[in-house]
Amino acid sequence: MIEVNDIYKSFGDTHVLKGISTCFDKGKTNLVIGQSGSGKTVFLKCLLGLLSPDKGTISHDGKIYSQLSGDEQRNLKQEMGMVFQGSALFDSLTVEGNVMFPLEMFTKQSLSEMQDRVDFVLKRVNLVDAHKKYPSEISGGMQKRVAIARAIVMNPKYLFCDEPNSGLDPKTAILIDNLIQEITQEYDITTVVNTHDMNSVMEIGEKIIFLKNGIKEWEGTKNEIFKTDNEAVTNFVYSSELFKKVRQMYIEERN
Amino acid sequence: MNYLASIGSYAIMIKEVFRKPTKWSIMRALILKEIDELIFGSLGILIFISFFIGGVVAIQTALNMTNELIPKNLVGFATRQSIILEFAPTFCSIIMAGKVGSFITSSIGTMRVTEQIDALEVMGVNALNYLVFPKIIALMLYPFLIAISMYVGILGGWIAGVFGGFSTSADFIEGIQLDFIPFHVTYSFIKTLVFAFILATIPSYHGFFMKGGALEVGKAATTSFVWTSVVIIILNYLLTQLLLG
Ligand SMILES: Nc1ncnc2c1ncn2[C@@H]1O[C@H](COP(=O)(O)OP(=O)(O)OP(=O)(O)O)[C@@H](O)[C@H]1O
Ligand SMILES: [Mg+2]
Repeated sequence: MIEVNDIYKSFGDTHVLKGISTCFDKGKTNLVIGQSGSGKTVFLKCLLGLLSPDKGTISHDGKIYSQLSGDEQRNLKQEMGMVFQGSALFDSLTVEGNVMFPLEMFTKQSLSEMQDRVDFVLKRVNLVDAHKKYPSEISGGMQKRVAIARAIVMNPKYLFCDEPNSGLDPKTAILIDNLIQEITQEYDITTVVNTHDMNSVMEIGEKIIFLKNGIKEWEGTKNEIFKTDNEAVTNFVYSSELFKKVRQMYIEERN
Repeated sequence: MNYLASIGSYAIMIKEVFRKPTKWSIMRALILKEIDELIFGSLGILIFISFFIGGVVAIQTALNMTNELIPKNLVGFATRQSIILEFAPTFCSIIMAGKVGSFITSSIGTMRVTEQIDALEVMGVNALNYLVFPKIIALMLYPFLIAISMYVGILGGWIAGVFGGFSTSADFIEGIQLDFIPFHVTYSFIKTLVFAFILATIPSYHGFFMKGGALEVGKAATTSFVWTSVVIIILNYLLTQLLLG
């Protein structure tokens, strides 16, 4: 469980986060949605400890991040997996090397054990024939999947994904969403996913927080989001023609 | 004021580089890779430059010896002195600041802008140790490069001097053996080691702490070259004053 208590973050005069409090439960896929530039990435980086909030606290299962020593922070980070918005794969390593990297770094496993684990997670994300390729030689969607494989290879307690399915075709996107949800439930981990994809919201939104202008405008579940009267949320959710139609049908059906 | 802050964060960076070391089996591979890229990768250009500069130094000295009273062995002597004292350690280091320095800044800077450094840190890896430490160790072999550069430079002087008809081989050889002070070589290698540390760390600093995107990577590489050269020139002056003055 991750508890966020009234965090603020500014870059110079740009006030990005202006007092956000919320709580993300274990075993659930928690989504953070909001327009481009609303501060989702900054928020996620605060949860990861890559950025430190100017004010407020974040605690991971009761451990308040800012009060931990440097070594304790690093130990906690080893329990986190992160999928960056741009994948952030290491250019100098192959797909296999990227996924194996955390294992080589932090475990005492033998090469064959590591190899088995890498094969397992790469299969899990539906990548079976790219082991020896370099990141620059595979498509953006494949890079995303490698990034997910790398994030889960150590069996993290916390999984963070920054727009894991942007740039993927709808089918692969749903596959990735489901994968994230399955992993979350199977290993009972705390997962936070940034997205602005309404399909993801419908698919896996067990808890959703909506950010707007640096504050938490709304929070609820995927069932609640379609019934809310909050104008900012409905404007965001129903921005596409498809969803406008869906809403109209829903209203007609109700009357 | 800004400069002071930079010097401060540079010092903190150096301290961080030596903390929480990466697993040895991984570090060993990284060091070997850096030796290959930074040391062997620079061998060709340094040999090429040293050879021709050595030749030019010999020719220039000979052409300026118009007075009959100047001993003929001066060509060899002057070539040796300028190559060993300044050309090989200092001039080559400026070349290296351009070659190796901008490579280091742009490769680390690219990792910064594509969030690869964040990815390392999220995993709990000490990114500074992982990225900078192997470069420092690899560049500790830099004096070997400079030794080769000295040899090739003097050889270039000999070839240009003898085959250009500016000196006889016997005069030249006599010149390079004349009044040889072994400490000059020690002084050169001390300088070289200090420059090696600068060559590894200042470009790393500029890459690691850069902000922005691809455009800024290019700018950071330029700034890094300027600062690495400036620091090398200043340290060259201070070390010369200290060791020979
Ligand atoms: N390092 C930084 N320095 C200055 N400003 C920043 C920095 N990082 C983010 N910002 C600013 O914070 C705001 C929020 O950025 P953020 O990347 O969190 O948006 P986002 O919600 O993730 O958008 P997207 O959906 O496009 O990824 C932006 O206005 C951005 O300019
Ligand atoms: Mg973002």
